[in-house]
Amino acid sequence: MATPSSTRSTVGTGSLFALGSASGGAIAGGMCSARQEAVAVGMQTAMRNIDSVITAYRCHGWTYLMGVNMLGVLAELTGRGSGCSRGKGGSMHLYARNFYGGNGIVGAQVPLGVGVAFAHKYRGDGGVCFALYGDGAANQGQLFEVYNMAKLWDLPCVFVCENNGYGMGTSVDRSSASTDYYSRGDYVPGLWVDGMDALATREATRFAIDYCTSGKGPLLMEMETYRYSGHSMSDPGTSYRTREEVQEVRQTRDPITSFKEKIINQELVTPDQLKEIDARIRKEVDEATKLSKTDPEIGVEELSADIYCNNLEDSIRGTHPGAPLKHIQVAVRN
Amino acid sequence: MALKSSPVLFGWLTRLSRRNFSTSKALAAKPVAVRDALNQAIDEEMEKDEKVFIMGEEVALYDGAYKVTRGLWKKYGDKRVIDTPITEAGFAGIAVGAAFAGLKPICEFMTFNFSMQAIDHVINSAAKTFYMSAGKVPVPVVFRGPNGAAAGVAAQHSQCFAAWYSHCPGLKVLMPYSSEDAKGLMKAAIRDPDPVVVLENEMLYGVPFPMSDEALSPDFVLPIGKAKIERPGDHITVVCAGKAIDTALEAATTLAGNHGIECEIINLRSIRPLDFQAIARSISKTHHLITVEQGWPQSGIGAEICARVMESSAFFELDAPAWRVTGADVPMPYATTLEAHALPRAQDVVAAATAVLGNKISAASSQ
Ligand SMILES: Cc1ncc(C[n+]2csc(CCOP(=O)(O)OP(=O)(O)O)c2C)c(N)n1
Ligand SMILES: [Mg+2]
Repeated sequence: MATPSSTRSTVGTGSLFALGSASGGAIAGGMCSARQEAVAVGMQTAMRNIDSVITAYRCHGWTYLMGVNMLGVLAELTGRGSGCSRGKGGSMHLYARNFYGGNGIVGAQVPLGVGVAFAHKYRGDGGVCFALYGDGAANQGQLFEVYNMAKLWDLPCVFVCENNGYGMGTSVDRSSASTDYYSRGDYVPGLWVDGMDALATREATRFAIDYCTSGKGPLLMEMETYRYSGHSMSDPGTSYRTREEVQEVRQTRDPITSFKEKIINQELVTPDQLKEIDARIRKEVDEATKLSKTDPEIGVEELSADIYCNNLEDSIRGTHPGAPLKHIQVAVRN
Repeated sequence: MALKSSPVLFGWLTRLSRRNFSTSKALAAKPVAVRDALNQAIDEEMEKDEKVFIMGEEVALYDGAYKVTRGLWKKYGDKRVIDTPITEAGFAGIAVGAAFAGLKPICEFMTFNFSMQAIDHVINSAAKTFYMSAGKVPVPVVFRGPNGAAAGVAAQHSQCFAAWYSHCPGLKVLMPYSSEDAKGLMKAAIRDPDPVVVLENEMLYGVPFPMSDEALSPDFVLPIGKAKIERPGDHITVVCAGKAIDTALEAATTLAGNHGIECEIINLRSIRPLDFQAIARSISKTHHLITVEQGWPQSGIGAEICARVMESSAFFELDAPAWRVTGADVPMPYATTLEAHALPRAQDVVAAATAVLGNKISAASSQ
């Protein structure tokens, strides 16, 4: 396995810590990805400018990695105007260049990702689409429909199952007849990857890109990871698993701790340098957090903005006939 | 999820005080949260009929995502309280198939937003089979779960399916408001031999409503297809269901206080069949009509009610055109202020009622 020496991996290192601080931060809003960062960070480090991504509601880290700044992400969680979806999409619906969300319907993003892969092949641009989904989503029927079509048409799609052990309060063995998620694409070959190791996820992604761009069709990767916190803000995450289980993962498999150790032991970085990075990122996160709470919401006139790309209705109906709204255009049309 | 607005509490207080004047029984009755009333209904029907079982995501070990099934798994075990994987199309199909074979499944959708994954089974498999089989295959299934807007969950997680499902012949569609509604309608749904969709509301789950002794008894059941007059009044008929009743009740208090206008609020309870007689009766008294719903306006419940008025002699009773108060015709935004403007508020109902009563319709934009 390569050592993290390129500029890219420095970015990766920073990102890993940045996501770590952000998800430990004080922002309220939906479902974060605490300690699943190694998946996104490792993958993004290996991805090329042409590749694309789609995922479910644990999309905050990905949005940042795909180029939206911290305020753009955090202000979306607080529903403010500086948010990357202007506060209209919220916690589950963030988008960026080559990043198609942010989807609240478990499993729905996977066929969409295959559609994005279809477009890569159709245009012949050499790009690969990564479609991420959870262990819970892995059981949705529509996944099996698109495994088939992706293979049938040899689409450049990488199915990435983030197995964090639970779908809400249901553990993998209570939801899945086979928990070998890497094997569930049948004729789509699968890899098992340690999702708590950013280097492993990076190398696996490199392999996947090589595989898909050589015209062999889709690939599946199961990334084993863990969710420290509850499923969402309203789930304490304690009624269906033990505190000891969470504690053990923290102590033995934490992706950030282990990556720090690795790069210190390899003398790629000194503990002081890491502290510096840590402090810098913490400051950046704190500032963005503060801004995301004071930033104003968009005006109510935007309630009826951008419903259609090409609006054909004279007026948009409000809550009663005496309160009509006007469709307005905020996003630039091209 | 925390309750967002005072109207909920307000509606409850209005009712509580009214009840206190009229009956002493209710005064003694303990307020019961809607969630617990639903739980009671399911529990009682499971106890009564071995064929009843419940399946869905997180209904067993986790006690339900919104705790409606709390305690049922402990009481009835794996056989009758069944956690499914996240596979709506699959388990809704299984529920319908089990109903074909004579069981009485309750299929919980964690929220009705996710029932869209399974809508084929609700409509093509459940609603049409009795007809297609010329009555050979009854489908006594219940689809239930929270419907409509919650708070802060944006477009994919905030929509009302009352119009969608009530569009379909073969389905019965219920929308409880209070705890009595919830218990009586849920029990009716489970006992009914046809497929029934019960549209609950997350924002109401935690709201306590006083329940009469009668409603607390295991024999209590409400008729499907009968509306309830939630508040009597002489000046304008306000037709609504579910959460929209809170909005209407709050508006009614304002209208009575500030304008001396008495609203007659009709709680539909059942969207299909629709109790049009109750609406027509009220119109012949008030001669004015507005409808209130959280769903979108086009082809909505209000649209259906207005069309039925047009098609009947109730039309001649009206002194002014009827107005619909609905959700704004936009996907639900996430930002708090926009979200509040996307849903009907009491002030919208007040505006609509005064416009209709003042016959100021022509001043408003024609839509
Ligand atoms: C179609 C659908 N069904 C149910 C839900 C409710 N829900 C949201 S997340 C979730 C669990 C998903 O688990 P998993 O796929 O393992 O992802 P994780 O949250 O663990 O990342 C459920 C049931 C939903 N959003 N969409
Ligand atoms: Mg999971």
